[in-house]
Amino acid sequence: MSEFTSGTLSAKNIHLSFGSNHVLRGIDLHVPQGTTASVIGPSGSGKSTLLRVMNRLIEPDQGDILLDGRSVLKDNPDELRRRIGMVFQQFNLFPHKTVVENVSLALRKLRKLSKEEARAEALEQLDLVGLKHKADSRPANLSGGQQQRVAIARALAMKPEVMFFDEATSALDPELVKGVLALMADLAKGGMTMVVVTHEMGFSRNVSDAVTFMDAGVVVESGPPEQVFTEPRTDRLKGFLADVL
Amino acid sequence: MDILKLLSDTFLDWNAIGAVLPKMFAVGLPNTLVLAVSSGVIGTVLGMLLALMGISRNAGARWVARIYTDVLRGLPPILTILVIGLGFGPIVRQWTGSTSPYPMAIAALSLMSAAYIGEIFRSGIQSVDKGQLEATRALGFGYGPAMRLVVVPQGVRRVLPALVNQFIALIKESSLVFMLGLLASEREIFQIGKDAASTSGNLSPYVAAAVFYLVLTVPLTHFVNWIDRRLRTGRPEKKEPDEAAAVVGKGAQA
Repeated sequence: MSEFTSGTLSAKNIHLSFGSNHVLRGIDLHVPQGTTASVIGPSGSGKSTLLRVMNRLIEPDQGDILLDGRSVLKDNPDELRRRIGMVFQQFNLFPHKTVVENVSLALRKLRKLSKEEARAEALEQLDLVGLKHKADSRPANLSGGQQQRVAIARALAMKPEVMFFDEATSALDPELVKGVLALMADLAKGGMTMVVVTHEMGFSRNVSDAVTFMDAGVVVESGPPEQVFTEPRTDRLKGFLADVL
Repeated sequence: MDILKLLSDTFLDWNAIGAVLPKMFAVGLPNTLVLAVSSGVIGTVLGMLLALMGISRNAGARWVARIYTDVLRGLPPILTILVIGLGFGPIVRQWTGSTSPYPMAIAALSLMSAAYIGEIFRSGIQSVDKGQLEATRALGFGYGPAMRLVVVPQGVRRVLPALVNQFIALIKESSLVFMLGLLASEREIFQIGKDAASTSGNLSPYVAAAVFYLVLTVPLTHFVNWIDRRLRTGRPEKKEPDEAAAVVGKGAQA
């Protein structure tokens, strides 16, 4: 993977409610350029929602989001999302398009490449995730692990400054998880700025530079992985780690 | 055997059928096709508009689509055709000088089918997983392009069988325009049969008309079944194990 030149991402005091449900209650998250932040916590703690607020798929009620030190809340959200790639639990590949079309769609329509240029670049991205030979298949004919790698290629094709992973391996059969995690680890090593919402404690501990533990819409504890996993200070984190490890 | 003879005289008077065929081919069939195809195309465009309004975030647009659909779906086709044809015909005549009820007939059929097609499209679009819109928007597409490029094509594909059924209904309902009093050159399959039946004194020309309708509708019915099967089973393709998983990710740590 090539080196990435920008992409320090910060969320400051993010609040969000759905009706009377206060989902995020003052979240702070700082992800320096080139580092991987993993976000762990029980289901319903607001982790996935936090990702969607940080790329403005959902607008926060309060707080600020900074990319390279500059607030992005006043920018066009579509342009912000071109700078942040996102990978979903359910892959969300476009089933009516071939694998290579999945990757090239945004290249053609957003980066305005010609059909040939877009295809060539898409094939290059697919090669990076080891799936060039599947270029003309439909997503339905790929395994879950292959689909998720295509989804990663699709996000990377836009040359994002930051990558979000929303429980990217949770929907995979156990034997397919490893390939996807390995690809994510490669990306992290290559210097991509990443925010990884995950239930994979091994990945969180071994690959990420910082771990944030969320529960009930707040950041309960955060720090380097060694500290979070070996010296949890709060009962909530201790309880969580006891449940998942 | 009087009854059989009576039946055959009534329905299978080959002379009467033979006499009506040239006109069926030269006038009736083309007119039915023009009516059905043009109102099918206009109805599809209007229907898509109604569907997008129906799922719009704008409450006003949703209301307009809702009321339109409820009214036009709730009326008998013959009433709609008469009201639009006879009611708006004179107004159009004043504007354009044309006395033909044809445009009004097409308008009535289009407006009616739009209500049904709109509901077909809406249900198809809404059946597309929400993650599709989210993933497209996450790539940096706005709402409009995301719907146009990703969500709507998938929704439409799912409802193709229902859509073709609607076209079949339209071919049949196009017969109702005879109520508007068509010029000789504008008469479609049903009216040609009806005219000929009144001169021949038996119902055989109606049988000829029926055969013409069936030749149009039965293949479409089977086309629907074919699409339906194709959509359910898809194109066969071999699924391979996740062999490439071993190739990438030399950095596996987890």
